[in-house]
Amino acid sequence: MLLEVKDLETEFKVKRGTVKAVNGVSFEVDKGEILAVVGESGSGKSVTSLSVMGLIRDPGRVAGGEILFNGENLLKKSTKEMQAVRGDKISMIFQEPMTSLNPVYRVKDQIMETILTHTTMNKKEALKRAIEMLDLVGIPAPEQRVNDYPHQMSGGMRQRVMIAMALACDPELLIADEPTTALDVTIQAQILDLINRLREKLGMAVLLITHDLGVVAETADKVVVMYCGRVVEQATVEQLFTKPLHPYTQGLLDSIPKMDEDRERLYMIKGIVPDPIHLPKGCSFADRCDKCMEKCREHMPKLSVTEDGRKVRCFLVSDEVEGE
Amino acid sequence: MRKKQQVQTTGEALEKPESQIRVMWDTLKKNKAAVAGLVVILFFLFLAVMGDWLAPYDPEYSDMGHTFVAPCRDYYFGTDQLGRDIFSRVLSGTKISLFVGVAAVAYSLLIGTVLGSVAGYFGGKVDSFIMRCMDIMLSIPSILLAITLMAALGKGLDKAIIAIGTVSIPEYARIVRSSILSVKENDYVAAAKVVGNSDRRIIFHHILPNVVSSIVVRATLGISTAILDTAALGFLGMGVQPPMAEWGDMLGRARTYIFSAPYTLIFPGLAITLAVLAFNLFGDGLRDALDPKERV
Repeated sequence: MLLEVKDLETEFKVKRGTVKAVNGVSFEVDKGEILAVVGESGSGKSVTSLSVMGLIRDPGRVAGGEILFNGENLLKKSTKEMQAVRGDKISMIFQEPMTSLNPVYRVKDQIMETILTHTTMNKKEALKRAIEMLDLVGIPAPEQRVNDYPHQMSGGMRQRVMIAMALACDPELLIADEPTTALDVTIQAQILDLINRLREKLGMAVLLITHDLGVVAETADKVVVMYCGRVVEQATVEQLFTKPLHPYTQGLLDSIPKMDEDRERLYMIKGIVPDPIHLPKGCSFADRCDKCMEKCREHMPKLSVTEDGRKVRCFLVSDEVEGE
Repeated sequence: MRKKQQVQTTGEALEKPESQIRVMWDTLKKNKAAVAGLVVILFFLFLAVMGDWLAPYDPEYSDMGHTFVAPCRDYYFGTDQLGRDIFSRVLSGTKISLFVGVAAVAYSLLIGTVLGSVAGYFGGKVDSFIMRCMDIMLSIPSILLAITLMAALGKGLDKAIIAIGTVSIPEYARIVRSSILSVKENDYVAAAKVVGNSDRRIIFHHILPNVVSSIVVRATLGISTAILDTAALGFLGMGVQPPMAEWGDMLGRARTYIFSAPYTLIFPGLAITLAVLAFNLFGDGLRDALDPKERV
C-alpha cells in the first residue's frame, strides 16, 4: 500500500466556531493506481489533498488520524523532512495553470529548481532533464520552449509544464487537484490522457481530486465520494457508475444530462449543503435525501463494507451506526 | 501585461525574452516628463561625480574679503556670509544630497522589505506585532522622529542616513506586506512549496521578485523625500556639520539674509527643488511604465 489515510480529521478555527472540513476520512491508494476523490465544493476533497501534502495553514490544523506513506506517518515528520518528501516522493498539480507558474522565471528555471532541490544533478544535467520532461509531456520543440516565460504559453501548455515540474523527480504519488477544471474540453481530454499515459509509463499513483464525474469515468480506477467532510461511498469506477448505492451518489449521477433523454429541466439534488459549523445531528445528507428515514435524522450511519468490497455510509445498505 | 504580451509574443519575442524591460522602456520613453526627470537626475549624478573637479573654488574656503558678492562672472552664484563661493558649494552639496538620499532609501528599503515580507508571508501574530510597531512609528511625525533619532545618535552624515532611513521603514514595510499578501495567494507559491522549498527561499526567490516593481517605484519617489528630509535636518542644523556644504544647511544659515542677499538662498533652494522634482517625475513615469493597466 502506497498511501493510507486513516481517520483523517482536519479542522479550521473560524470566528463562529470550528469547521471540521475533513471528518474521519480513510482511504488507500495502491502503487500505480488512480484514485478519484469526488464531491461538490466544500466537501473537503481539496483539504484532504492539502493535508496529505502537509500544507494546511493557520487557522487550520490536522486534528487527528494518520497519513501513512510507504508505512511512514507523514504527520509525524518535521518541516525539514516534509520538504524532502514534497516534490520528490509526492508531487502536486493545481487547478489554475494561469497562476501556478511564477511569471518572473523561465520555464526551465522552475523545472530545474525542483530537480536541483531533490537530486545531486548539476545544472547541466538538470537542464537536460527539464528538456526531457517537456518532451515527455508533449511540448513541441522543448529545447526552445524551456527558455519561455509562462506568459508566452497557452493554458494547456502551462498545465503540461506544471505536470513536467511535478514529475521531474519521478514521484511515487501525484496529487492532481482539479487539473482540468480551468481548461477547455479538448485540452482537458489531452491532459487526462497524458496523466494516464505517464502513470502507466512511470508507474506512479495518482490521487485525482475532481468534481467532474466525466473525468472520473475516463481515468480513475477507484472512486471515493465525499460529502460534508466524510466519505459516503467508495467503490471501483465500474461499480459506482453501474450501481451507485448512496442516495447522494445516485443524485450526482442523475444530475448529469443525458443525450438520449428528453427532459424540460435537468435533475438536481434538492436543498443546499448544510452549514459546516452546525452540521445536523444525524446523517449530513438527510435534509436533501429523497429516501430519508426517521433514524437518519437521529444517527450518523457508519461507513460499512458490503459483500463486494465497496464501502457505503447509508442506513439503506447497513444498520451500523457511527461510533457504536 | 499578460494579455498584451501574449499578443506580441508569437515571433520575435521567443528569441528575446528580455522584452519585459523593453516594453517598460518604450512606455517610459513616451512620457516626456519622466524623460526630463531622468535627464536631470543623470545631470545631477554627473555633477556629483565631477563636482569637485568642476568647482572653480574650494567650497570650504572662506574669503572674508569677498562676502556677499552678488552673482557675477567670477562668482556665478555669488558668495555667502563667509565669502565662500556658492556655485562651488552647491556643486559639492549635490554629492552629499544624492548620497544621503540613496543610502537612506537603501537602508530603509532593506529593513522595510524584510519586515514587510515576514509580516505578509507568515501573517497572524507575527504580522500583528510587526505592523503595530510600524503603526507606532507612523503615528510620530516623521521629521520629529528624525530629529529625536539625531539627538540620540549624535551628529554626522552616517547618523543622518540612519535617522532619515529609519523614519521611512514603515512605508516600505506596508507596501511590501500588501504586495506579498496578494502575491502569496497565487498557486505558484503553493507550487513552490509543493516542490519542497523552504519558507525563506519562497519569500526571497518566488514572491519578492514579483513585487519588485512596486518597490522600485516607491524607492525612486522615496529618494526625493530623503533629499528633502536631509535638507530639513540641515536647515535645522542637525545634519551634516559645517564647513561641509549641504543644501539644507546652506539654506538654514542664509535665511537671515533673505532680503539683503537673496542669492544665498535661491541657488541651494533651486538645487533642492530641481532634484526633488526630477526624482518625482521619473518615479511617476516609472510607475506608469510598470503598471500593466497603464499600458495600452
